[in-house]
Amino acid sequence: MCEGAKVQRCEGAKVLRRHCCAALMVLLSSVAHAQVTPQRLVNASTEPQNWLTYSGSYWSQRYSQLDQITPANVRNLKLQWVYQSPVAGNWQTTPIVADGVMYITQRPNDVVALDPLTGRVFWIYRYNPNPNRIVCCGANNRGVAILGDTLFMGTLDAQLIAIDARTGRELWKTEVATTTSGYSITHAPLVIKDKVLVGVGGGEYGIRGFIAAYNVDTGKEAWRFYTIPGPGEKGHETWEACPPKSDTFCDPEAWKHGGGSIWMTGSYDPQLNLTYWGVGNVGPDYAGAQRPGDNLYTASIVALDADTGTIRWHYQFTPHDVYDYDAVQVPVMIDNWGNTGINVVAWANRNGNYYALERATGRFLLGKPFVKVNWMSDFDERGRPNQTPQPPGMPTYPGNQGGTNWYSPSYSPRTGLFYISAWEDYASIYGPTPVEYKEGRNFTGGGPRNFAAVPGAPGFSRAPINTWTEAAGHGAVIALDARTGQRQWKFDMTDVTDSGILTTASNLLFTGGREGFFQALDARTGALLWKTNLGAAINSGPITYRIGNKQYVATVSGLSLFVFALD
Amino acid sequence: MKRVLATAVLSVMAAVFGVRAASAQATAQLHDAQYPDVDIVYGANLYAARCVTCHGAQGDAIGGVNLRSGKFRNASTDNELARFIRAGSPAAGMPPFALDNAEMAGITAYLRNMNTFDTASVKTGDPARGRAIFEGKGGCAACHRVGRAGSRVAPNLSDIGSQRSPGSMQRSLVDPSSQMMPINRPVRLVRKDGTVVNGRRLNEDTYSIQVIDDKERLHSIVKADLREFTISRTSPMPSYKDTLNSTEMADLLGYLLSLKGQ
Repeated sequence: MCEGAKVQRCEGAKVLRRHCCAALMVLLSSVAHAQVTPQRLVNASTEPQNWLTYSGSYWSQRYSQLDQITPANVRNLKLQWVYQSPVAGNWQTTPIVADGVMYITQRPNDVVALDPLTGRVFWIYRYNPNPNRIVCCGANNRGVAILGDTLFMGTLDAQLIAIDARTGRELWKTEVATTTSGYSITHAPLVIKDKVLVGVGGGEYGIRGFIAAYNVDTGKEAWRFYTIPGPGEKGHETWEACPPKSDTFCDPEAWKHGGGSIWMTGSYDPQLNLTYWGVGNVGPDYAGAQRPGDNLYTASIVALDADTGTIRWHYQFTPHDVYDYDAVQVPVMIDNWGNTGINVVAWANRNGNYYALERATGRFLLGKPFVKVNWMSDFDERGRPNQTPQPPGMPTYPGNQGGTNWYSPSYSPRTGLFYISAWEDYASIYGPTPVEYKEGRNFTGGGPRNFAAVPGAPGFSRAPINTWTEAAGHGAVIALDARTGQRQWKFDMTDVTDSGILTTASNLLFTGGREGFFQALDARTGALLWKTNLGAAINSGPITYRIGNKQYVATVSGLSLFVFALD
Repeated sequence: MKRVLATAVLSVMAAVFGVRAASAQATAQLHDAQYPDVDIVYGANLYAARCVTCHGAQGDAIGGVNLRSGKFRNASTDNELARFIRAGSPAAGMPPFALDNAEMAGITAYLRNMNTFDTASVKTGDPARGRAIFEGKGGCAACHRVGRAGSRVAPNLSDIGSQRSPGSMQRSLVDPSSQMMPINRPVRLVRKDGTVVNGRRLNEDTYSIQVIDDKERLHSIVKADLREFTISRTSPMPSYKDTLNSTEMADLLGYLLSLKGQ
């Protein structure tokens, strides 16, 4: 494989590249054991033959400089190999590829090391989570992180495990939180320098969320940032006291089980030494009356000092969230945003808005709906939304699953466009009910129902048989001008989509959806260039990598990994 | 044919409602509007068959439990109530109840309105008479299929009694378009070669549509091959509001509720 500066020379001339990369192929076994250093993680985007982090780089753009597959030849993509898991259930994992080895997770918490050329397995690490674990929303795991020759995985029962990347042997295991209290880990960890960072899920069970950093060699905790500030901490005042007399139930200690899950991997700005994370919903999700105040830092982005975990700034997308809008996305970092000289975090939130925030300060620069929104009307000058709660029984847009959700977006520096997997024309009707906290018990406080066309009829279903049709929303890829938030194009799907998005330097966009189609679009126009039916919902983000002189594109569909390349 | 069929189907439900109407007038205002009377009636019958032995006719036969209070220790929302009923409470000696969607809608509606509902007023339609209407005067089988009999043009009703709530079925007989599932909306597809397919969708994705047409033939059509794709929100089924009397409607509803599949 072509490494670093050699890549550039290899790509200078096709003939030279062919010879260069052929030679490196022979040496594959020797380069397969290179160390993934912290500096390589910082510069991950300069070695596009690899996919070193969950989102491709610390910038989380899911953009690759690889350009062998183009709009002109993408129609010639051929299936190279498939890896299928014996464990039922759709995957949400994103593979990483490091120096000739691919690492994926499969249900419930297995790690599989594969040859990315053939799909053959080097080893499988099997971990059986505590059968008494309490996990919201399925036995999902979204992948691993790597540093040196060590892999890191968070587990459904809230353990953090270090694994030898060459042998699959467990090196250490640390209990991050108590699973029987509702804590879990579903996202891929993030390695920064000598620490591995993870956050906990469990907002639906009344956890008190946090992000913590652990020493990569020992698993010892280095720092912890609670997403729900305690008494005396800044932000605690947003958990306001209950009114002296109230007709409805109010919890005077709401902060103790205020949620604030971490569902998705954060990002990292090496220059600022800040790491950015999205914080999930408040608990209880819907019963807002019992937790007066803005309820920081739920439904927010937090910027933390990567060495100490100290919070530098935050921005709350949905103050006092009663819709479970979360902040359940990867923070996408854009340098020199729209040629303004400002480095930003760009964010398409579940609440239906696209945001740009200054990376150093959190200053609100832009907020603009990308789908129909009626829970708010506009923003004040500091970016606080003016909320417009809908009357009881009336639909709220976007619906409970959001204008988008955890599906990774992509930003292409080449097009300047921000790409979102969206649900359009989709609403929910909310029915909050008071709920008292009991450890390990459901703590949502009511729930939403779909804005169905036929009240009293059985629930609609989506793929593989889509009885929802046009009646209650549909999926789309939406391309926004990253600077203005203006929609540039849209690719409609009939069913909804939970797929992430990948863009490349050749102006290609790869994505999937619940229908099971894996599609390549022209990133400039949204034109469909190629598609194939993989037979099951695509629930994670595609990646691309290169072995020798061949570019590969990999995507999960159902419980299988499909890998394509040009013949 | 469709008109004849539609006319017949309506009769079942009205009977239930018609019978109940007089006595229910006084209490109707006290019922939560989200629970149709027909659901409450259906739930009352279920309660009498499956719950009354332990909970008693007044819902207070178990110490510390008063179902007529409208408050439940282990559930606040209807979904939570349904979960509890389906799971049971082994520690308290309550077995799990595997109720289908229609039954759960009924029992929930009844439990929510138990305090104001007069069970003495309940009379349900006769399924046997309802079947006769379905196959005869109503003409339902001209479009719908039950078991191995009837047409496949309209949705199969073999298990409709476990799928739709009684209230939804009643409304369907009176105002079919209001209860038509989106997937059942009539479609008209015209291929670029001019051939026309009229039918209802079985499935649809971004690139194709699967249809059963008005001759009961299956089609899978690529959207790129179409020059016209029209979706109607008007059901071809007529209202039975004026063609079946209240007793016939109740009987027909009783029959539909008895269709629980195999």
